[in-house]
Amino acid sequence: MAGITPSTHRDNPFKRNWFVTGLWALLITYLLYSVQAMGLNWTRFSEGLGHAGQLFERMFPPNFARWELLLSGLAESLEIAIIASVTGIILSLFLGLFAARNLMPNWVTVPMRGLIALCRTFHPVIIAILFVKSVGFGALAGILTLVVASIGFIAKLFAEAIEEISLKQVEAIRATGAGFVSLILFSVMPQVFSRFIGFSTYQLDSNLRNSTMVGIVGAGGLGGTLFSAFQRFDYDFVAAILITIIALIMFGEFLSNIVRRIFR
Amino acid sequence: MTTASDFPVSPNALYIRGLKKEYTPGNPILKGIDIEINSPGIIAIIGPSGTGKSTLLRCINRLIDPTAGEIIFHQSNLCLAKGSQLRKLRRHVGMVFQEYNLVERLSVIENVLTGRLGYMSAWSAWRRKFSQADIDMAFQLLDAVGLTEHANKRADSLSGGQRQRVGIARAVMQDPHILLADEPTSSLDPKTAVEIMELLEKFAEEKNIPTLVNIHDVNLARRFATRMIGMSEGVVVYDGAPEGITDDHLKQIYGGESWLV
Repeated sequence: MAGITPSTHRDNPFKRNWFVTGLWALLITYLLYSVQAMGLNWTRFSEGLGHAGQLFERMFPPNFARWELLLSGLAESLEIAIIASVTGIILSLFLGLFAARNLMPNWVTVPMRGLIALCRTFHPVIIAILFVKSVGFGALAGILTLVVASIGFIAKLFAEAIEEISLKQVEAIRATGAGFVSLILFSVMPQVFSRFIGFSTYQLDSNLRNSTMVGIVGAGGLGGTLFSAFQRFDYDFVAAILITIIALIMFGEFLSNIVRRIFR
Repeated sequence: MTTASDFPVSPNALYIRGLKKEYTPGNPILKGIDIEINSPGIIAIIGPSGTGKSTLLRCINRLIDPTAGEIIFHQSNLCLAKGSQLRKLRRHVGMVFQEYNLVERLSVIENVLTGRLGYMSAWSAWRRKFSQADIDMAFQLLDAVGLTEHANKRADSLSGGQRQRVGIARAVMQDPHILLADEPTSSLDPKTAVEIMELLEKFAEEKNIPTLVNIHDVNLARRFATRMIGMSEGVVVYDGAPEGITDDHLKQIYGGESWLV
């Protein structure tokens, strides 16, 4: 730095942003207040741990004596998950396509995006309750719930994937005189298919998990069995059901991996 | 769609009359282009970037909608064609792109076969049901562009020159009555550029069709063209034999003269 003598004072370019600092302070204050308001303290926590210990004692060893009930619940959950996934994925394929703003005019995409957003709005539990009330107890309500959940997730991501494609490839296929359907099949699908498979397997996984939940509100599957076991304090049977669910999810993971490998 | 009975009847001829294109109103890119194309061979369109060469080609196959004027092809006005009429006209207009525009995730041979999509129903396209004749032709064309051993590779694994060969094979697969090539050599090295031009020339001769090539390289244009069209600021300033183009013309087209050696 020979010959350079700093003559004027310059500000440090890394300035402290007092607004952001203030926001952090506010967040920490609110967090402390919330802990206080909820009455969270060490005594409450250690009491809770004692209860948990008792629960675990009663859960072991798991009781698989009523394995027929367990198996029929498991089969129903699996069926709900598979039917809902396939239906939901196929519907999402079309809904996602119609929601893609680079391929469709506004008057198509806006209502489609609205519909997809609506499917995402409510947690599956709330949707399941609505369906149980409207179509009655049982697997149908569970299937409809998971179809809605699948659309909310896949159709949105699929539309976004389509919006990121290279339009040059689309242009080239359009120039061959291909019709709209051929255009989609040969220039859009090749670009998004592997991502679509990724979303779908993820959703299958998620549907498997949720299919064991919808039963809690009466929409069929293993969840119903789990809920009544809880209510009857059959904690050893509860443990058996939880282990079964773990096995089911791991099976789903295994299945997804295979599908992903096939379509790579 | 109008029938143009007032034009001389040559089924594969292309007549462009008073073609205008404005992307934003009052700011025309093409300011009234009149071109008649009724003989086969390479027709080079030269001119600086941004002068509307690419817009002109894209108006011909209606990837861009012209603002005014008419383009008569197969006795129909392409500017007014819609829906299936437009698609039927388009399939006889092959296009080669500067950046090749191959469907990256399809194989080379699949890319060539997409040239037939204009002839297939959506149902056949869904089932990937290309006719045996199409499949045989695709392999034959791949052989003609020298890529037989790459048939099953994915398009994105090829080099630039190889991709452009696939692009040409795809365009020729359409059974075109005219070929359009939008800066087909600009992304390529000089040697590959010459090879691509040779290939375009070969197909133009073999199929006996006109091939419109946008190109900035004047020497490359002179070497291959049977006719040259010079464009500057949205109008045609030269249209004639490549021998007839002088330095004065080039100055008028590109402006300045320091680049002329």
